[in-house]
Amino acid sequence: MSTYREALGESERPRLGIASTLARFALIGVALAAVAGAFAYFGGWLTPNALTPARLTDAFEHVGGVHAGFRRNHAKGVGVSGFFESNGNGVRFSEAVVFRPGRVPVIGRFSLSGGQPYVADAPDEVRGLGLQFSLPDGEVWRTAMVNLPVFPFRTPEAFYEQLVASKPDPKTGKPDPAGMKALLERHPETVQAMTVIKSQPVSSGFDNTTFHGLNAFRFINSAGDSIPVRWLVTPMQPFEAASAASGPRDKNYLFEALIAQIQRQPARWHLILVIGQPSDPTHDATIAWPAERERVDVGTLTLDRVESEETSAATDINFDPLVLPAGIAPSDDPLLSARSAVYAQSFTRREGQAKPPSAITPADVRRGN
Amino acid sequence: MSTQPRQFAAFSRLLHWMMAAMVLTMLCIGVAMVVSLGNYHVLVSIHRPLGIAILILVVVRFVNRRLNPPPPFPASMSRAERLAATASELAMYGLMLVLPLVGWGMLSAARYPIVLHGSLHLPFILPHSATLYAVLRKTHTILAYLFFLTFMGHFGAVLFHTLIVRDGLLKRMAPWNIGH
Repeated sequence: MSTYREALGESERPRLGIASTLARFALIGVALAAVAGAFAYFGGWLTPNALTPARLTDAFEHVGGVHAGFRRNHAKGVGVSGFFESNGNGVRFSEAVVFRPGRVPVIGRFSLSGGQPYVADAPDEVRGLGLQFSLPDGEVWRTAMVNLPVFPFRTPEAFYEQLVASKPDPKTGKPDPAGMKALLERHPETVQAMTVIKSQPVSSGFDNTTFHGLNAFRFINSAGDSIPVRWLVTPMQPFEAASAASGPRDKNYLFEALIAQIQRQPARWHLILVIGQPSDPTHDATIAWPAERERVDVGTLTLDRVESEETSAATDINFDPLVLPAGIAPSDDPLLSARSAVYAQSFTRREGQAKPPSAITPADVRRGN
Repeated sequence: MSTQPRQFAAFSRLLHWMMAAMVLTMLCIGVAMVVSLGNYHVLVSIHRPLGIAILILVVVRFVNRRLNPPPPFPASMSRAERLAATASELAMYGLMLVLPLVGWGMLSAARYPIVLHGSLHLPFILPHSATLYAVLRKTHTILAYLFFLTFMGHFGAVLFHTLIVRDGLLKRMAPWNIGH
């Protein structure tokens, strides 16, 4: 019957009354508003106070200033390149191609933490090393490591609190001590992590620094076994403690020493896997695993070339810790996804901007030898 | 005597509803992932392969549209309405093709690996370039919002025809067969 009426044409339909028409328009309005509302909800417009990658990146800019074209954290750095020679010891933990015996090219970047690209080198400044391993099957593995054995903050929210509290007071030039004290009272895990961090002596330069991957990951081997793993790179260059003498030092002394060292002789590190037990926490980067965990040397990282950011391919690479090859997967550590999100935000902000010369210029690198 | 079909072909309708669900999911994941810390990685890991699936399906859809032309518009639609409907359809087809390509291009220019699953990944289609990335990244966002607006127009127009004009427009795309 209805099919028949439709076939006759729509003019046959009874006219709608005014009330009915209004009700139907209202229904359309409600349907459209519901869809728009859902979209707005997903886009975070209904929760303007939530911590987002943009707000965390804003906090970096708030503390370190906005420096167009530079990374919003670890702004000061140099590019390096070389290779990783795997000894095959990692194959039993991960099917990642990088652990098969053989050599893969690496590019990387040494950096100092903080958002200021021209900050003076200081021994206590956190040192970073970002690495990209280019695997023969076209996969890449990126890691962004620092010279801290554990991370002082368990969640992105705690990290954000610290960032905001660390902004120097314009009057004293130092962060407000009351704010820092309150932060540490709220976060006993940070106090504990700081104790571990302070117990580790700081080395004299980049080349004799141990860098830690910080977060736990899952390694999956070809049999499908999944285990928790952390990694670090330990220098083959002998340890020497950072000098306590506060004599006049060049503004870029750490980077200049690194350039001179690499130009004299390639700098080398062991890549060490720390094999976790099922009971080891993987969701908390503030806690170190027991010292007796098995450590496996899976190969040697050689960095034989150093470049200014002006010429290095590493400059336009986001050392996102979740760019992983098959065989390495993220753990349940909430910092991992947050790091990935904030690095992407920082990357997107800086890539669209004209970048002034970096602190370490091509001329500085040429002068190095 | 052959009468003109009143419905889209069954395969066309399948593609339409499947892709409608995929595109809406994509748009929601897209706006959600850029404001998310904890779920960013999971959402990005869905966003990339889903975008490539849409890219493949839209090509299938182009071919299918050649093979199975759409049924005529209802007699109730004016010339202007038909023009608007055709334009929005074209816009959505275009966006389903261009948005994934811009996404693929911007990831290529930034040298982000485009992992589909495990070690399966796509090749880069553009050179490593900060400028290209910056332009394409913005374009990706703008086109996505444009897509959402076009979808809202499409959705609103279909509701209008179904509830106010009552010309059976929606039946052309009904998932079930309405017969002749």
